[in-house]
Amino acid sequence: MIPSPPSANIQLTADGRLKHFLSVEGLPRPLLEEILDGAASFVEVGDRSIKKVPLLRGKTVVNLFFEASTRTRSTFELAAKRLSADVLNIDIAKSATSKGETLMDMLWNLEAMASDMFIVRHSDSGAPFFIANHVTPQVAVINAGDGRHAHPTQAMLDMYTIRHYKGRFAGLKVAIIGDVLHSRVARSQIHALNILGAEEVRVIGPKTLLPKDIESLGVSVYTDLAAGLRDVDVVIALRLQKERMDSALLPSEGEFFRLYGLNNDRLRPAKPDAIVMHPGPINRGVEIASEVADGPRSVILHQVTFGIAVRMAVMSMCISGQESGL
Amino acid sequence: MSQKAHLLIRKGRVIDPNTGRDEVLDVLIENGRLVRIAASLDAPGAEIINAEGMLVLPGLVDTCVHLSEPGGGRSGSIASETRAAASAGITHLCAQPNTDPVIDSTAVVRLIRERSFKAGFAKVLPLAAMTQQLEGRQLAEMATLKEAGCIGVSNAGRPVQDALVLKRSFEYAATFDIPVMMRPQDAALSAGGCAHEGPVASRLGLPGIPAVAETIELSRALILCEATGVRLHVQQISCSASTALIRDAKARGLPVTADVSIHHLLLDESALEGFNSDCHIQPPLRSREDREALLVAVADGTIDAVCSQHIPLGSSSKQAPFPSTRAGIAGIETLLPLMLKLVDQGALTLHRAIALLSSGPARCLGQQIGHLEIGRNASLCVVDAAAMRTPIDDWLSAGKNSPWLDAELPGNVRLTVCEGRVTWLSD
Repeated sequence: MIPSPPSANIQLTADGRLKHFLSVEGLPRPLLEEILDGAASFVEVGDRSIKKVPLLRGKTVVNLFFEASTRTRSTFELAAKRLSADVLNIDIAKSATSKGETLMDMLWNLEAMASDMFIVRHSDSGAPFFIANHVTPQVAVINAGDGRHAHPTQAMLDMYTIRHYKGRFAGLKVAIIGDVLHSRVARSQIHALNILGAEEVRVIGPKTLLPKDIESLGVSVYTDLAAGLRDVDVVIALRLQKERMDSALLPSEGEFFRLYGLNNDRLRPAKPDAIVMHPGPINRGVEIASEVADGPRSVILHQVTFGIAVRMAVMSMCISGQESGL
Repeated sequence: MSQKAHLLIRKGRVIDPNTGRDEVLDVLIENGRLVRIAASLDAPGAEIINAEGMLVLPGLVDTCVHLSEPGGGRSGSIASETRAAASAGITHLCAQPNTDPVIDSTAVVRLIRERSFKAGFAKVLPLAAMTQQLEGRQLAEMATLKEAGCIGVSNAGRPVQDALVLKRSFEYAATFDIPVMMRPQDAALSAGGCAHEGPVASRLGLPGIPAVAETIELSRALILCEATGVRLHVQQISCSASTALIRDAKARGLPVTADVSIHHLLLDESALEGFNSDCHIQPPLRSREDREALLVAVADGTIDAVCSQHIPLGSSSKQAPFPSTRAGIAGIETLLPLMLKLVDQGALTLHRAIALLSSGPARCLGQQIGHLEIGRNASLCVVDAAAMRTPIDDWLSAGKNSPWLDAELPGNVRLTVCEGRVTWLSD
């Protein structure tokens, strides 16, 4: 019935190697494991006094951020530099008019500068797919967050963190709490956890913050925090944007924290060795109390460290996937 | 287009849903008038069209077309889009008032009528804006615009949020027996959305438009239709619950008709996979169950007409990430082929499919068109329903925004005659 189905996975080369990294969805498990294994070898690079490897020497990486970001952009920049690439940072405030043409013109200009990789963040879901479909085939595109759709490198660094602390995915119960509706991180985490074989993925929140038919992604839905946290191994709190309070999604930050905010007491139903994660930046006292964010179960700062290594792994895999296609 | 005074269409299968006729017959047109339909006619000196193995149908009627003129620039003109219509067997089309300027003054109506007459490809039936500037605040001069040639009023898919304004619009239109055309969608429930609120939009992270955005607004309109007695034609319903509301309203005897876009009969939300912006339309493509309910409703008569909801767009309109693309499909040339595809698939009988494109829409618009009536200026088309074509090969619309450009579809229009004039003749 569908007239022109877009190719099932434009992220892969004909022989199944990664050439773009746009979404975790649809990628095979061995490929996700290759990313995690690759990241493990790069974590060690960060501990050296000279933190560089020459894998991307002579390559030009363009950070194309249509939406403001400090942390994600910095970690991509560091990752590219540790791989010895030249890095160009472009911050584009998305103009309201004629975005389409502006975007295409800009892409053609950047291509003309012989760029090898675009790291794209955009407020529109699907923007990196659009860019990957329109750039010359030699340019790799990595999604650094698109609308509510996907944030695959963030999800993979979370997977790295979980594997680091838990050693496995089989048998794990993972709960994701809060604003799933607007969260690209949550969507990518759900796909990654299911592909990597977690036993159960739960989402917890009020109905106004849960996407319609989210069960179809392979999650169990809970509206009660205590029930949702029972016996989980991993707790992931999502950032709650302040503007959600202005659009009749929630009555107040106070009520949200009282019902869904994490403190030591409310974490009690989780397993005693459960870890607590957060993609950052955290809102203390909104989705998470300081006693948890800074407490013994929190692995939030380690997530940031692992983020650089995971991005190095993804970038080097995409460049080598691109080169294998030539 | 040069032509002889007389035209004899030979041995075509003549189908007229209005009379139930379905026979292989000859059709004679003299000086533009349809004079005879009978077996083995002879007409010395007439131009002969051999229609053996082809269908001879009433000129098709499209209840929803966006002509892009005035104001459309590169996305088409009255001439380009009506020519595309003629090539697809369409003789009468209803033009939406959301042009630039809006059709809320007689000057704009006159301009559209003059340009379409001069182009000579199809009869354009303009709709007047129901409210000034389509802003939903003050009534447009409906009676004056009717006298100038508008066949109904519409707010072109823009909601009239204020219930008082909507009630008064209906009362005023009812006073002058002006039909109201309305695509129901609540403004607040659809704000910022670009896809059906369901599993596909949730997975792709596309802001959703729930089905209740349609049914809430439709319910309000039906209640006001009952209260005011206005003739209401509901345009482009998209979900199962709306078909139930229409069915119920008709059962209660309300003066209501409804149409659906051809795209909602063939596609569902899964067409958006991979962020396919060619399938970004309003109302959004909904679930498979919704699509199946719409097919039932067109088959059982709940829905009276199928339209193209033609929206030609310049190429840059779709050159952007999905949520930033403009909604719409240039659908006028694929309306009949896609209906024939549904017939081939067994979803509709040929007779029902033709009625949904001729007598049905004519009734919705309250016009004496869409049938083969002896003694009147002829409006008909001759269609080779078995011929397979790829639309892109001879595409005429200025908008190439269609998911069907490269599909292989049935139906080739050999001849179109609109109110006595030959508007399309192909080899």
